[in-house]
Amino acid sequence: MNRNNVSYVDAISEATAQEMAYDPSVIVFGLDVDDHKAIQGTTKGLLAKFGPDRVFGTPLSEDAMTGAAIGMAMCGLRPIHVHIRMDFMMLAMNQLVNIAAKAHYMYGGQIQLPMVVRSMIGKSWGQGAQHSQGLYSFFMHVPGLKVVAPTTPFDAKGCLISAIRDNNPVIYVEHRILHFQKGPVPEELYEVGPGKARITAAGSDITLVGISHMQIECLRAKHYLQEKGINAEVIDPIWLSPLDVDTIAASVRKTGHLLVVDNDWGTCGASAEIMAAVTERLQGEMRFTVHRMGFANTSCPPTPSLEYLFYPNGRTVAAKAFDILKGSAQNWLPNERPDLKEIEFRGPF
Amino acid sequence: MIAKFYESLYRIRRVEEEVAKVYPTDKIKSPVHLSIGQEAVAVGVCEALRPDDIVFITYRSHAGYIAKGGNLKAMIAELYGKVTGSAKGKGGSMHLVDVANGIMGASAVVGTTIANSIGYAYGVKLKKQNNIVVCFFGDGATDEGVFYESMNFAALKKLPIIFVCENNGYAIHTAQAKRQAVPDIAAKAAVFGMPIERLGDDVLHLYERISAAVETLRSGGTGPFFFECETYRWKEHVGPSEDYNAGYRARAEAEPWMEQDQVQKFAMMLDPQQRQQIEQAVEIEIAEAFEFAENSPFPPDAELYDGVFA
Repeated sequence: MNRNNVSYVDAISEATAQEMAYDPSVIVFGLDVDDHKAIQGTTKGLLAKFGPDRVFGTPLSEDAMTGAAIGMAMCGLRPIHVHIRMDFMMLAMNQLVNIAAKAHYMYGGQIQLPMVVRSMIGKSWGQGAQHSQGLYSFFMHVPGLKVVAPTTPFDAKGCLISAIRDNNPVIYVEHRILHFQKGPVPEELYEVGPGKARITAAGSDITLVGISHMQIECLRAKHYLQEKGINAEVIDPIWLSPLDVDTIAASVRKTGHLLVVDNDWGTCGASAEIMAAVTERLQGEMRFTVHRMGFANTSCPPTPSLEYLFYPNGRTVAAKAFDILKGSAQNWLPNERPDLKEIEFRGPF
Repeated sequence: MIAKFYESLYRIRRVEEEVAKVYPTDKIKSPVHLSIGQEAVAVGVCEALRPDDIVFITYRSHAGYIAKGGNLKAMIAELYGKVTGSAKGKGGSMHLVDVANGIMGASAVVGTTIANSIGYAYGVKLKKQNNIVVCFFGDGATDEGVFYESMNFAALKKLPIIFVCENNGYAIHTAQAKRQAVPDIAAKAAVFGMPIERLGDDVLHLYERISAAVETLRSGGTGPFFFECETYRWKEHVGPSEDYNAGYRARAEAEPWMEQDQVQKFAMMLDPQQRQQIEQAVEIEIAEAFEFAENSPFPPDAELYDGVFA
């Protein structure tokens, strides 16, 4: 394997296999984790290596299987529960919010729940209203849960290892389009731990915070903005809870402008939280502006013409950043550059 | 055995009576769902278990907690909201827990712990442990979808677990027949291919039947087992009083249960001297537990933020 060109999918399956070999208490389950498609390859090879007691498909019972993960963790296992789409987690909210998040506190420290819930956000090729939602802010809202949404293969591996080793419930969010990302991934075990964001591109004029797949769009926007002589700093929060406000606020202190681009709606979302946290930190200290972009405030339409309008993209992010810095009178929108074209998802999944 | 069973029955009854007595003073800082009338099922089941066996209980959890050997001082202190409580005052009556004694907690959201219990049982099986899991829940929990999902998974994976439905006939104030198209809970479990039994609250019979299931699991046999145990709640759903005048049920419905009260039945089976010794010892234990709770401090301010994460 060329370690400089490892896919996000392989990074996840490798992290899982290595942790399962390292720690016999790690198990993986969820509908279809053991079938021929292996959750887009992310659980590939695990059944053969670790057997059907540690790698098993489940009934379509998100509520009970999430509760079971909690019980397994109480028994000393480290379960990884996989959902092929995040939307299905709505059937697991009682267990996650009422037990997983609270057990350690509500039971006075007698119980701890090391468990990971993996799920994927869909996009493109008609995913539609119920296969496209980035619902991580629901979990950010609740004390006792950690939330991570890695964007690179390197972080996919490091964050998953960190999540598995964490003694608390971790909601691990993947984006289907990010599965196609490739990049350097060390072979050894390493952790990308909670509460540390990464500056993915240094700049001085505006701070772009891109969450999940929108991290890619922000990096794309940086290239477009360079055409206009604007030097954007791009930050990947990686962990949404706990959130690294320090790194983002330090960047805004330098640039004076914050644009959060989320893979979710704005209202009560991660973008709202980041804007509020940075504002609390910097208000009274300096003049700065805060802005956000996200899903259109509608359900996601599957038809390509409308779906295109539903999401921010590199060009619209660049245009918004340009307007923030230069005013909207020029009505600037960059022409699409083939070299920055989005990787398209062609189903079926 | 009779003496041991009586001690446990008497302890639960008297703890609950003391809770009801103290409750109006507002020293107990937690809504209490009393187990008075339902002691028998908890005792019949838990007496068949070892200390290292695991129970998942419900928000009406005092009987199960005490019957399984939960720390009494920690329980009363928890009801008082004291830092010496089972959860340092952060759980309350509805979330009693005592991991050292195999009590893995209770949920106020009905039915939730059924799913947790099957996960625990999966862990027991995977790790080839010799202990077993018992999941207590009420008839109300069988209205929930998670009940069916959990029965299916437990049966599918042949888990070492015993399900005990304490059917007291009501979800808060709504009778089973008003909630369930087919008010036969054991029949619903039978659909998943597990052995079922319908029992009353005869402690000795319960003990005998649960012991048989435990023996099967201990000797390498497969689960799950399902027991539907009819019982009756004497007090109101939550709080220390009776509510036979509220309109949803009549005292006449409760009377047959009171006449066959298992606590009294076992008291009569013992010679008076032995009975007195048991009762005296339990009374001291209870008095000490309440005194411990009274004298314990509330948690310090720093406890508010302690333990959000492990």
